[in-house]
Amino acid sequence: MKILVCISKTPETTAKIAFKDGNTAYDENGVQFIMNPYDEWYALVRAVELKEANGGSVTAINVGPAANDVVIRKALAIGADDAIRVDADPQSAMFVAKQIAAQAQGYDLILTGKETIDYNGSSVGAMVAELLDLPYISYGTNLVIAGTTATITRDIEGGEEISEAGLPLVISAAKGMAEQKIPNMRGIMMAKRKPLNVVPAVAADDLAVATSFSLPSGKSEVKMIDPDNMDELVRLLQEEAKVL
Amino acid sequence: MVLIYTEAQNGQFKKASLEAITYGHKTAQAMGTQCAAVVIGNADNPASLGQYGASEVITINNPNLGHFDSQTFASAIAQVAQSKNAQVVILPHNSSGKSLAGRLGIKLNAGVVSAANTLPTVEGGSFKVKKNVFAGKAIAEYEIKSAVKILTLSGNSVQPETGGSEATISSMDVDVPASKVTIKETKLQQGDTAPLPEAELVVSAGRGMKGPENWGIIEDLAKAIGATTACSRPVSDIGWRPHHEHVGQTGVAIKPNLYIAAGISGAIQHLAGVNSSKCIVVINKDPEAPFFKAADYGVCADLFEVVPKLTEAIKKAKA
Repeated sequence: MKILVCISKTPETTAKIAFKDGNTAYDENGVQFIMNPYDEWYALVRAVELKEANGGSVTAINVGPAANDVVIRKALAIGADDAIRVDADPQSAMFVAKQIAAQAQGYDLILTGKETIDYNGSSVGAMVAELLDLPYISYGTNLVIAGTTATITRDIEGGEEISEAGLPLVISAAKGMAEQKIPNMRGIMMAKRKPLNVVPAVAADDLAVATSFSLPSGKSEVKMIDPDNMDELVRLLQEEAKVL
Repeated sequence: MVLIYTEAQNGQFKKASLEAITYGHKTAQAMGTQCAAVVIGNADNPASLGQYGASEVITINNPNLGHFDSQTFASAIAQVAQSKNAQVVILPHNSSGKSLAGRLGIKLNAGVVSAANTLPTVEGGSFKVKKNVFAGKAIAEYEIKSAVKILTLSGNSVQPETGGSEATISSMDVDVPASKVTIKETKLQQGDTAPLPEAELVVSAGRGMKGPENWGIIEDLAKAIGATTACSRPVSDIGWRPHHEHVGQTGVAIKPNLYIAAGISGAIQHLAGVNSSKCIVVINKDPEAPFFKAADYGVCADLFEVVPKLTEAIKKAKA
């Protein structure tokens, strides 16, 4: 079974969020970057587990500049066999999806994280599925493959749904599909020798782009309430905040 | 035309759908056009969507659309959008809306902005809309440059407004292939509280609870106000609470009207998932807990004493 895992690079979860060039671009100065946690902890780790159980291969794909290679090497250290980097500086989900779709022929399973933690679009998986005319199941929390059939549990509002679909298909991975795996020294050493193929981007338009950024307005000072006077808190929630 | 994808459960339109109609109606007004709703499958009284601002409701009944599948549903919606010349397609930002939006973007060669949370700014030929990015730590304004625009609407961003009139109803035939996905089982949680992503009131707790056996006081408080329960990441990681309750940067991002957090210190990743809440109450015995800085109201005391007192005070106020 050939598995393709789409990985994105995102700022580390505690990174300071600031903007530059008149608030038109994210200020990467001093920011540590990581592999998007949903892509790494759930999609990639599950892909490696499936390969170890059923045989086959895992390819990681990223759309980005050469600076992303460090994140791609981590995917190889965790257990991907090879990697593709589409050399570009993507500005929209659709651009990314079209690059991935152009490289995604011949895979039995394509996995993504449920969303990235920076732009929170949750769009690329569905776009790739549409471009390849494949089924797409989002928010998978459990994935079992038997022969050419995938059984997926996914989160829906207020519960979960278990569905079945034949390969090939696209699945986005959410918490529960796998557990975070720390690469060991052998994995890190082997990653250096695994193939990382850099390919040029295909032409694709950006139809929706972020043009300016702002920070949320700061909260007003917290009002501390006497622990022995919860009636006062209830009154404030009813009359001042008007939320009860 | 502005086209809204709606969903019903047990015949009743979901709140997210009514929000989307109100939002779509206002967007249509700004663009000088009309708002139409598409209903796939059974819903009681589709004409009632007129109350929320739809001037037209298009119903689709097709045996290949018996269960939700983004592939078949996107095909149906795209056919409606094309036959009605929709300029904007709006979907709720939920599990189905998110998986449809990307597909529709490809089918209609349309720019997609997911989780829009303000009305778009429509000026001349430009169409801009805002959404939260970096899990709520910043706001981005997006420009959609394509002729057709696709938005998913973040929950609880607008409230459904009534005051319209009955909508005209028409049915439409679509040509969709059979679904390649089979639904084996759907498990919905029992009880009458809203699912976390849609909840207006949320009571959440963290490691300060000391163990899963102590959650009774949190459930009692949630029950007293009709809230949905949530938790912090460490608590879901060690299995004290189910994964779907985890709110934060790597869990669910929520924006309820009221978020009560007990025994959660307020790590930056947790704050990212909840700081769009309208009102935050923090209960923590550590006066240095960073969560107090993000709170509207704080109670610095032992949660095991304060939470039951708060529950009693609410019951008294409601009596």
